[in-house]
Amino acid sequence: MDAQFAISGRDFVISVTDKGVARSIVKMKHNEDKTWQLSSHTLMSVSGEAGDTANFSEYIQGNVRLYSMRNSQDLSPSELANFIRGELAAALRSRSPSQVNLLVAGYDKGKDEAALYWIDYLSAMAKVPFAAHGYCGYFLYSVMDREYTPEITLEEAKALIKKCFEVLKTRFIVDFANYTIKVVDRNGTHEIRQDEL
Amino acid sequence: MARRYDSRTTIFSPEGRLYQVEYAMEAISHAGTVIGVLSKDGIVLAAERQATSNLLEQSVDNEKIYEMNENVVAGVAGHAADANILINQSRIVAQRYLLKYDSPIPVEQLVRNLCDLKQGYTQHGGLRPFGVAFLCAGWDSALGFQLYQSDPAGNYSSWKATCIGENNNNAQSILKQEYKDDDKEESGPNVKSVGSQMTMDDALKLTCQVLSKTIDTAKLSSEKLEFATLTLKSGKPCIHVYTSSEIDEVLKTYESVIKPADNQ
Repeated sequence: MDAQFAISGRDFVISVTDKGVARSIVKMKHNEDKTWQLSSHTLMSVSGEAGDTANFSEYIQGNVRLYSMRNSQDLSPSELANFIRGELAAALRSRSPSQVNLLVAGYDKGKDEAALYWIDYLSAMAKVPFAAHGYCGYFLYSVMDREYTPEITLEEAKALIKKCFEVLKTRFIVDFANYTIKVVDRNGTHEIRQDEL
Repeated sequence: MARRYDSRTTIFSPEGRLYQVEYAMEAISHAGTVIGVLSKDGIVLAAERQATSNLLEQSVDNEKIYEMNENVVAGVAGHAADANILINQSRIVAQRYLLKYDSPIPVEQLVRNLCDLKQGYTQHGGLRPFGVAFLCAGWDSALGFQLYQSDPAGNYSSWKATCIGENNNNAQSILKQEYKDDDKEESGPNVKSVGSQMTMDDALKLTCQVLSKTIDTAKLSSEKLEFATLTLKSGKPCIHVYTSSEIDEVLKTYESVIKPADNQ
């Protein structure tokens, strides 16, 4: 029951995740950041089985940082996404598969463009202009389909995200109180508050 | 003194030397010359094939220049059989990287991996070290064109122009004299353009010039030479291994700089 989606423009990606953690009928937490910083210009949002998300993400984060340290250069978003997909695929067929859904957002400094990858727990991967996981996809894909253009600016994307929040509020049975909103662009990643949209 | 310590690769002599490793390097300095020259838009590799007999069937394969990956080509000096093992291993490593990251392996990572393997044999095992030195010419998106040299000890270093094999001292000094270097400062971890004023033509010309002075033969010919270039074609690395007729063409083009070698 997580909200997890992202929108990518030519030179930026906005990633959105809700901050809630729930177990059974209990809200355990309402300030959890479900995004993981992998390098200065890439981040990954994660949802899925409670323990798996942290375990898998820590493993990926550790290995990506090890790569950067060993080779004194960062993996590009596409290399990163392929690496993550590969690890998830290997885990899937092992005794300990991880049930995690991921969105990898990054800015490729070499190619000078932003990239967004959608990866699900069966390690299917796609490079997409916008993406969502889980139930919120049922509501948001229609909105994003209607509003999205490849030339979308950061301000337009922020407005679109605001619209997405409206839709979730109106139609979805779950009420998400707080969201983590992060922007990845040429300058790295930074968080924006909900009231800054 | 040497005798007591030189049969082990892994044991230092009292003077602090590893004889087997030194012998391996000695073997390489008798091997056919391999020259690499970096230019601003590509790299030239040239190798000398030693002792060919006219009874020997000219094999289709190259003996000294191998493609390691889509973005790396290597010239080999030393034991061909040892080299085959390392080439094979490097190709596997490169493919493994491609499988993992869906992008070609950065050149230095491939070279480092190769050198780690070589280094292992100077420390573990009591076998002999690989009697091979490599010149690896490669391109990757982060660092552009790169030329690496490696030795049996497992050291590697990056060069603008260099040479391994027979007469490498001679060749090295000619390269140093003739290489047109950029005056501008070029350093820092992420330099995309190499500080070179050489064009591919200059590099080919310099290669021919050096070959003519280091190879002990009356006339350079395609029978004793191998050539390869690495350039960029529409943003993608392109390896070209010359056919013998293409080599003859190159030799003809640069005839003016090719003089009969002095008797050394």
